[in-house]
Amino acid sequence: MTTAYALSDTRVMITRCVRRSLRDPEAFFTALMLPVVLMLLFVYVFGGALNTGGKYVDYVVPGLIVLCAGFGAGTTAVAVATDMSSGIVDRFRSMPIHGSSILGGHIVASLARNLLATGLVIGVGLGIGWRPVASAAGWFAAAGMIVAFILAMSWLAAAFGLVVRGAEAANAVTFVLMFIPYLSTAFVPARTMPAVLRPVAENQPFTPLIETMRGLWMGHTSTGAAVGHEAWIAAAYCAAIAVASVASASWLFRHRTAG
Amino acid sequence: MYMLYTVITHGVRKYFGGKPVLDGVDLTVPTGSIFALLGPNGAGKTTLVRILATLVRPDAGTATVAGHDLLADPVGVRRSISLTGQYAAVDDVLTGEENLRMMARLLHLSPRAARARTDELLAEFGLEHARHRRVKTYSGGMRRRLDLAVSMIGNPKLLFLDEPTTGLDPLSREQLWGTVRGLAGAGVTVLLTTQYLEEADQLADTIAMLHQGRIVAEGTAGQLKSSLGGEVVRLHFADPAGYRRALASVTAIRADDRLRMVEVGTDGSAAAVHELLGLLGAAGAAAARVAVDRPSLDDVFRALTEDRAPEKEKESIR
Repeated sequence: MTTAYALSDTRVMITRCVRRSLRDPEAFFTALMLPVVLMLLFVYVFGGALNTGGKYVDYVVPGLIVLCAGFGAGTTAVAVATDMSSGIVDRFRSMPIHGSSILGGHIVASLARNLLATGLVIGVGLGIGWRPVASAAGWFAAAGMIVAFILAMSWLAAAFGLVVRGAEAANAVTFVLMFIPYLSTAFVPARTMPAVLRPVAENQPFTPLIETMRGLWMGHTSTGAAVGHEAWIAAAYCAAIAVASVASASWLFRHRTAG
Repeated sequence: MYMLYTVITHGVRKYFGGKPVLDGVDLTVPTGSIFALLGPNGAGKTTLVRILATLVRPDAGTATVAGHDLLADPVGVRRSISLTGQYAAVDDVLTGEENLRMMARLLHLSPRAARARTDELLAEFGLEHARHRRVKTYSGGMRRRLDLAVSMIGNPKLLFLDEPTTGLDPLSREQLWGTVRGLAGAGVTVLLTTQYLEEADQLADTIAMLHQGRIVAEGTAGQLKSSLGGEVVRLHFADPAGYRRALASVTAIRADDRLRMVEVGTDGSAAAVHELLGLLGAAGAAAARVAVDRPSLDDVFRALTEDRAPEKEKESIR
C-alpha cells in the first residue's frame, strides 16, 4: 500500500514538474534551441578548422550531448532551488506524503527534458550528415549510457540546488558543467592538447563517457582505448556521482526543509 | 474520538544557535475553537507552528496534536492537520484547479474524488471563475483563499494559519476573516498566529500572547483587556487652557498635548463618569467630547511586554 502511495505521489510530482517546465516558455525554448544552435555552430563555424581525422559532425555529437546535459542540469538545480525557497515544499512536507517523491518528480522531469535535448542533438546531427555505424545493440548501449549519465547529473544538480540559496546561485552549476566538457575529448582529441592538459582531458569523468558513445556509434574512440574499457570507467563514474548525489540530496532535503 | 483539547503542549523549547526561540511553552487549544498566538516578529510564533506541524523538532518538551504524540507519531499528526504559511503555499505556475487536484491526489483521493472535491472547494471559496487561470495572475486575497481551499481538502481537524492576512488589503482581510469563522463554525479547530491585535480580537476565542519565546498572558480578548483594570474615559478639549486646567484637576493615565486629549481610569459606571464631568465643569475645564472605552489589546500587550520585570513575565489570567 505504501509503495502504491509512493508511486502515486511521485507520479503527481512528475506531472507538476513537467507542467512547470512546459510553462516556462523562455527556458523551454532556450533548452530546445541550444542543441540546434551549438550543433550548427560547432560543425559549420569551428568544424572546418578542426582536424579530427574524419567529418567533424561524426566526432562532435557525443560532446554536444554532454554539453547540453550540463545546461539541463542547471535548469534542474534552479527548479529545485526555486522550490525550496517557496512555501510549497513546507506544505508538501506537512502532508502525509513520501518526501522522496518531491525530489523524484524533479529528477524524472529533468530526465525527460534532457532526453528531449539529446534527441534533438541526435536528430539535427543525422540531418546534417552524421553517419553512425552502430548496430541496434550499440545504439541500445549508448542510450543506456546517456540515461545513466543524465540521471547522475540530475541528482548532482538537485543536490546543488539544495545547497545554495536561491535560483541565481543555483544557476552557477550551469557554468561549471558547461565548461568542464571543453577540457575533455568532447570537441578536440586529447592528443592535440599541450602536455599539461592532456592527462586532465584524458582522465576527467566526462571523457570516458564521451569516448564510450563515440566508440559505440563510430566504431573507434579518439583516445585509442577499447570501448569496453571506457564504458566500465564511465559506468563507475556515473554510479559514484549518482550514489554520492542521491545520498547528499536526500540528507540535504531532510535538513534544509527542517530548518 | 472526542477530544477536549486539540493541541496540548508542555514545556516546548527550541534553540537556534544557543539562543532560546521558544523558552518553555505550555498551551491548550480547545477543540473547535479559534486560538490566536499573538506576538511581534521574532516572538517565536512561526517556530511554534512549525514544531506543531512536524516541520521542526523541538529541543525539549512534549506535545499532543489531535490526539497524536508529536514525536512518536508525526505521520498521525500530519494526517490531522493542515498548514497555511505566511506565503501562500500554492504553485504559481499551475492553475487554481490544478493546484487543488494535485493536493487532493497527494492526499490519496481517487482521481474522480479529487475532481469532485476540487469543484466543491472552488465553489465554496469563490474561485470558480478563476479555476483555469494560473495562480500567478491571482490577487493576494484570491491566493489566500486558494491556499485555504487547499488546506481544507483533507478535512483536517486542525488548521494552522501562520499570519493569514499579512499583506492583504482591508477588504480581502475581512473576507478572509469571514471564511475562517465559517471554517471554525463547521467544527475545525484553528490555531492562528498574528501580529495584528485587531485580528486576534476579531477572530479568536482564546488569545495567547507570546513574547520572547514565552506565553506572557492567555485568555479571551475580554479577559486580557480586563486585566488592565476597568475602563477608560477619553476626554477631548476644545482649547489649550481647558486642557491644562483638566490636567491639573484629574489624575490622567494618558494625555496628549497635540490632540488636547486626557484619559482617566474609571470603573465604567455612569455615576463615576457623571462625577468626573461635574468635577471638570467646576474646574472650568468642560470637555468638548467624551468617550468611554475599554483598553485595547494594544494596551494590554504594551503593558505586558514593556513594563514587566523578567521574573514576573509569565502570568496566566485564566
